[in-house]
Amino acid sequence: MQFTILVYETQSELAARTDPKRKDAYWGAYRAYTKALRDAGVMVGGAGLEPPRTATTVRVPDGKRRVQDGPFADTKEQLGGYYVIDVPDLDKALEWAARCPSASTGATEVRPNMPPPPPGA
Amino acid sequence: MSDAAAAAELAARTSYGRLVAYLAARWRDVARAEDALGDALLAALETWPHRGVPDNPEGWLLTAARRRLVDGARHAGVAAAAEAELTLMLQEHIDDQRGTRVSDHRLALLFVCAHPAIDEAARTPLMLQTVLGLDAARIASAFLVAPATMSQRLVRVKAKIREAGICFEVPERREMAARLEAVLDAIYAAYGSGWEDVAGADPRRRGLAEEAIWLGRLVTRLLPDEPEALGLLALMLHCEARRPARRDSGGAYVPLREQDVTQWSQPMLEEAERLLKTAARSKSPGRFQLEAAIQSAHAQRAWTGVTDWEAIALLYEGLLRCAPTVGARVASAAALAEARGAETGLRALDAMAPDAVAVYQPYWALRGQLLKKLGRNTQALDAYDRAIGLSEEAAVREFLMTRSAQMR
Repeated sequence: MQFTILVYETQSELAARTDPKRKDAYWGAYRAYTKALRDAGVMVGGAGLEPPRTATTVRVPDGKRRVQDGPFADTKEQLGGYYVIDVPDLDKALEWAARCPSASTGATEVRPNMPPPPPGA
Repeated sequence: MSDAAAAAELAARTSYGRLVAYLAARWRDVARAEDALGDALLAALETWPHRGVPDNPEGWLLTAARRRLVDGARHAGVAAAAEAELTLMLQEHIDDQRGTRVSDHRLALLFVCAHPAIDEAARTPLMLQTVLGLDAARIASAFLVAPATMSQRLVRVKAKIREAGICFEVPERREMAARLEAVLDAIYAAYGSGWEDVAGADPRRRGLAEEAIWLGRLVTRLLPDEPEALGLLALMLHCEARRPARRDSGGAYVPLREQDVTQWSQPMLEEAERLLKTAARSKSPGRFQLEAAIQSAHAQRAWTGVTDWEAIALLYEGLLRCAPTVGARVASAAALAEARGAETGLRALDAMAPDAVAVYQPYWALRGQLLKKLGRNTQALDAYDRAIGLSEEAAVREFLMTRSAQMR
C-alpha cells in the first residue's frame, strides 16, 4: 500500500539547508534517511522542495486568473518535501514517518495514496 | 483545583484498576465495567464539590458504578444479572458496615489482558487502559500507532474478551509459568516504549516507563514468590537508574560505556540488586533474571570502575538460549566485540538473517562502530548512514553523524 510522507519544516530547519555551520548535519540526515528507505526497499519516489519563498500560487476563480507570489498557506511549518513509500500498513508508514528528520524538529504527516480511479469513473 | 476534584482524581488514580478489575470480573465485560466507572467518576466530580467528599471514596465510586451496570442490565433485559448484582450489593453493604475492602482482582485482570487468545500487540495497550486508566491517545503515541486505530483495537479486544468468555481467574500452578511470562512480556513492552524517549524536556515524550515500573511492582506484590516477576522489576529499575546519565548537560546522547556513573540513581540500583538476589534464591533462572543480571553486571562499574565484558558475553550466551530476540543478538555481539575483539562481534552480526535486521537501527549502529574499529571505512560509512537514517531521535542521529564524520 502506498503512503506519502509530507515533510513539514520550521523556518530554522529550512535555513539550515544553506547555513555553513548546519548544512552538513541537515543534508547528512536526509541523505541517510533516504538511503535507509531505499535499502529497506520501501521507497517509491519523492522530492525535496525549494523553500516557500520560491512558491507561486495560481487560482482561476470564475475563469479569472489570479497569480500570487508565495505559498498557498502561510503557516509556521512549511512543506519542505515528500516521500512516497510502499509498506504493508499505516503502522509501518508511521514508523518511517517517525524516523524522518523533520519529525524531531517540525512535523511529518502521513496520508494513504488513493488508488487510481476506475476506468470510466 | 478544588478539594473535591483533587479527591476524585486521587480516588481515580489509586482505585481505578482495582475497581475495573472487580467489576469486570463480576460482569465478565471489561468495556462495560470501564464505562460504568467512567460515569461514576464524572458523577463524583459533579456531586463531591457540593456534598463533600465521602468517607470512603472508593466505596462510593463502586456503588455508583454498580448502579449504572444494574440499570444498563435492566434496559438490556438481563434481569437475572441485575438481580444477582443487587443481592450481592446488599450482602456487601452489610459487610461494609464491618469495614471490608473491595477485594483485589487486578491479578486476574492482568492475566486476562495477556491471555493467549488475545493478540500479542493488543496486550500491553489493554493492560495500560484497564489497570491504569490511560487513555487510548496516550497509549497510541507511545506505541506509534494512529489514535483512531488504537481505539478500534481496544474496543475490538474488549468485545473478544466478552464474546469468548475469557475467565477472570489466576491460572493454576501448572499453567502459571507460561501465562506469567505473557504478563511480564506485556509489561516490559510498556517499558520499552519509553526507552528511547529519554530527553525528558517534554513530559509527553517520557513514554510509559513509570507506568511499566508501577505494573511491575504490582505483580511482585500480588505474586511475591515468582522469581521472573522480581527479575523483570530488577531489570526495569537497572535501566531506569541510568536515565539521567543517558544525555549530557547539553542534551547530547551518551552511550552506556561512556556514562558518568555518579549520575546513576544509587537507590534504584540497590533496590534492583536486592530484588535480583531474592529472585536467585528460588534457583529457577529465566529470561528476565538473565537480562537483569546483564544490567547488574554493567552496574558493577559504579562500584568497581570496570566492566567485566567476558562475564556479560557469557550471560548473553545464556539469554540467547532462552530468548534469541534480534535485540538480544545484537547486544550479545556488542559484548563479544568488547570481550574478544571487533572481528568476533562482527562475525556474530554477519550470522544474523538480513531480513531480521533490515530496519533494526542498533544493528547498523554497532556494525558501523565495529567496521570503523577494523579500519574498513567505506563499509563503516555505509552502515553508519543506514543507522542514522533509521534513528528516530535527533540526539542519537547527531551522535552517529559525529562518529561517522571522524572517518571522512
